[in-house]
Amino acid sequence: MLADAWHYIATHPQQFATALGVHIAMSASALALAAAIAIPMGLVAARRAGVALAAINAANIGRTLPSLAVLALAMPILGTGFAPSLVALTLIALPPILTNTIAGLIGVEPDIVDAARGMGMTARQILRRVELPLATPVIFAGLRTAAVQVVSGAVLAAFIGGGGLGDFITAGIAMMATPLLLVGAIPVTLLSLGTDFLFGTLERRLTPRGLA
Amino acid sequence: MTWFLRNWDQVALALWEHVTISLTALTIAFALSLGIGILAARRERIYAAALAVAGFLYTIPTLAFLALLIPVVGLGRTNAIIAMVAFSLLILIRNVATGIRNVPADVVDAARGMGMSAAQILARVELPLALPVIVAGLRIAAVTVISVTVVAAYVNAGGLGTLIFNGIASDHPPKIWAGALAACALAVSVDLALATLERRLRRTRV
Repeated sequence: MLADAWHYIATHPQQFATALGVHIAMSASALALAAAIAIPMGLVAARRAGVALAAINAANIGRTLPSLAVLALAMPILGTGFAPSLVALTLIALPPILTNTIAGLIGVEPDIVDAARGMGMTARQILRRVELPLATPVIFAGLRTAAVQVVSGAVLAAFIGGGGLGDFITAGIAMMATPLLLVGAIPVTLLSLGTDFLFGTLERRLTPRGLA
Repeated sequence: MTWFLRNWDQVALALWEHVTISLTALTIAFALSLGIGILAARRERIYAAALAVAGFLYTIPTLAFLALLIPVVGLGRTNAIIAMVAFSLLILIRNVATGIRNVPADVVDAARGMGMSAAQILARVELPLALPVIVAGLRIAAVTVISVTVVAAYVNAGGLGTLIFNGIASDHPPKIWAGALAACALAVSVDLALATLERRLRRTRV
């Protein structure tokens, strides 16, 4: 079975490379978009306790929504293809990043911020040189959760014509062709584990010395 | 909306299926995790090993997991339930073990001093005190399982996902809307219900 799956990849290198490329491009752009929206939102929301609480509550509700339901709802509204999948995956990635950005900033010890203010730092300097570095590990933990969710969710994009490795799985199930199904399932599992590992490593690397 | 009003029995049936599949998986996962979690709370090596395995399972994309099980168990509900149990283990084992570990050592000592056996301490002191953390785990696991059940319709397990897939296949948006919104509503209401329970438990204890 594995040999058959390998044989399929060897004889259809173009198809496999395209699907893998689409999968990675879709996941990476969704994550980048979500980070570009959620991190600034988190920075603003963390300044006021009331806004922070409301944002965390909203994110918690967003987090409970089933990925497939979000992707499926994109279809009647935005149609099929890459773009609707990208929008849905971005929405899926937002909540963990937003929650962790807020949690990371709120978790910075007030004494440290006071000390920085006492040293004459401006609010901007405090944010860039004290609060953000200290919040980085928590923000990266959120990015890691989001990244794994997006890689996993991108498999489901196959249902709304988004392409990616999920195409092999759905085709394999439809034709009851196990090797074809493995051509999608094994690489996407490796991709997901690799993403988790990569972000785990980044998280450790970016933790300022003295923390952790 | 008109489609929903005319076919509400179909949606209700799918919802019922969804709830029963999710509950079955959650019950099995909880029983397993309770056993493993209790052992893991006592021994660091079991904890590390259990979390490593469960963490690996948790990272596998849902649809890939369901697909990988097809050569082994075929299509249908068994497949879906195995996948859901595998996905919930990480959260449940971690919370059971953490909950038990967070019970203050003096409380356990006091119970031992009162002449309780290890089993009595577990059943009457540690587990009740760990309950809020365990319920917090159940809450996340329940939402995860509901979410996986939507996808599991693709391997013929039934549930609300069936409406979504039929809707996509026949290009019939009202069906997609009904299936997807019902799944979202189910997930959100289960989450809120368990969150309320968790809060109550935290207030009455400690």
